[in-house]
Amino acid sequence: MLNNNIKPAAPQKWRIWKRNITPYVYLSPTIILLVILLVIPIIMVIRYSFYDNVIINKNPVFVGIRNYMEVVTDKDFITAIKNTLVFVGISVIAHLLIGMLFAMLLNTRYLGARSKAFFRVIYILPWMFTASVIAILWKMMLNPNGIINYLLDVFHITSQHIEWLSSRKFALAAVTLINIWSGYPFYMISILAGLQGISTDLYEASALDGAGAVQTYLKITIPQLKPILISLIMLDFVWTIQQFALIWMTTGGGPIKATETLSTYIYKQGFSSYQYSLASTSAVIVLVICTIIAVFYVRHQKARD
Amino acid sequence: MIGKKKRYVQIIIMALLIIGALFAGFPVLWMILSSFKPNAEIFAWPPTWISANFSLHAYMEIFKNPEQIRFFINSYCISMIVVLFTLVISILASYSFSRFDFPGKSVINTIIISVQAVPPITLLIPYLSLMVTLKLFNTYGALILTYMLFTLPYAILMTTGYFNTLPKDLDEAVMIDGGSRFKALWSILVPIAVPGLVSVGMYTFMQAWNEYLFALTLTKTNDMRTVPIGINLLMGQHAYEWNQMMAMSVLGSLPILLLFLFFQRYFIAGMTAGSVKS
Repeated sequence: MLNNNIKPAAPQKWRIWKRNITPYVYLSPTIILLVILLVIPIIMVIRYSFYDNVIINKNPVFVGIRNYMEVVTDKDFITAIKNTLVFVGISVIAHLLIGMLFAMLLNTRYLGARSKAFFRVIYILPWMFTASVIAILWKMMLNPNGIINYLLDVFHITSQHIEWLSSRKFALAAVTLINIWSGYPFYMISILAGLQGISTDLYEASALDGAGAVQTYLKITIPQLKPILISLIMLDFVWTIQQFALIWMTTGGGPIKATETLSTYIYKQGFSSYQYSLASTSAVIVLVICTIIAVFYVRHQKARD
Repeated sequence: MIGKKKRYVQIIIMALLIIGALFAGFPVLWMILSSFKPNAEIFAWPPTWISANFSLHAYMEIFKNPEQIRFFINSYCISMIVVLFTLVISILASYSFSRFDFPGKSVINTIIISVQAVPPITLLIPYLSLMVTLKLFNTYGALILTYMLFTLPYAILMTTGYFNTLPKDLDEAVMIDGGSRFKALWSILVPIAVPGLVSVGMYTFMQAWNEYLFALTLTKTNDMRTVPIGINLLMGQHAYEWNQMMAMSVLGSLPILLLFLFFQRYFIAGMTAGSVKS
């Protein structure tokens, strides 16, 4: 591809060809896997979304955008969108606030290296557990006779034995709380790494200018962390939209449709009602939403390089 | 005056630290305590902290049950194979990214970064028919193959980062001495990058060990199920043996917790690879 205007001798030509092909040889396993596991499945799911009764029917019929019309007018889909927005919005904000608070606590000068290490391990703990452990643990704690209701009683907040996960009023809040608990450490660790990367010169200069703690935080810390925060928020959006395991194992989308989110909706369409075409259609809609966020994310990451 | 103010700040910080630690750590402590209780005491009111009937009964039940043991064997096998394949493939890919400029590099790199944003649920239905077609449904192969898509991007991004920090002179010296590129990669670069590769490997292990959605849908029989599914199966099977579910949860989390405690630094490097750039 390069140097084609010069006419090299045969063995040299071979060498140049070999040199040009080498990087692709090293990348070939990755490329093959990406094609099989990413490109082909995405083409498949998009194709499914335009057909009737895929997988079950051997000869599905092309139906154009009929599946899309059906999905977007389904009132369960609208409910799922609403619940997902609440779930994602509150989770992302809470993750950011808690992650920021804990990162700053771990970064204070008032703490010795040992206690810092100790608290860091404790704060990271929720990140270590798989979704099914988190789901079962919180299911036990949020039981009407569980420890959460007991603590609320002891602190005189309420003495009712609230059925957190099976009441339509509280289930979405309870599931969101569980997701907040399980997801903030990722923010905390990333923000902590960001905080430690801010040059002390900046803080010294700010102190010389006579800036107070709040002013320094707003003028130095936040702007310096901004690129990391934007990456985190975008990644978290994409991850939380697709959160399935936690919701599935705690409420299964219920009671009634109180915690139905896009992922449980798609899963039920596919694996409970065997409506693979409709499930594919909803999956494509979620993919489009995530792709839009991903485009911004990739642009943002590239701008940082 | 200033000294007094500092003291207040210190007290507030300590208080916040302890509240935070309770929020983060109490559920974990509660899980461990509950795993040593008899099932009848799980929802005692007022709750018992350390049961008078403290026992390892729940753990014994797990160890006695060959089905539960099988979940662990499956999880270990699948996770280790995923780690091995991910490392080999990402080392090769990262060598290419780190040492060559070639047409299409930026496109492939963009695709790899954006895999992080692809929702697994979107791929679920095509994967189901793909695995049935490839005759991999309900085998280790189905899970190993699908996990690779989600472990590779991280691994490649991280490994490329490590290789970029190693000077090109290192591998060029080998090639001047008449060695091949392949030899330069495996005998020089890989040994130096071991600390980085350890962190890649652990992050990969954690991703594979914790995966739930594909394990749920791409396997069918109990002899192919992994630990996350196994924990959940206990819920239906034994009419809520909470103490056993907690014991299984503790056992299922132990490999990750131990890896984390011993190799904290590497884990943190893995977690921050996606969002923090050095």
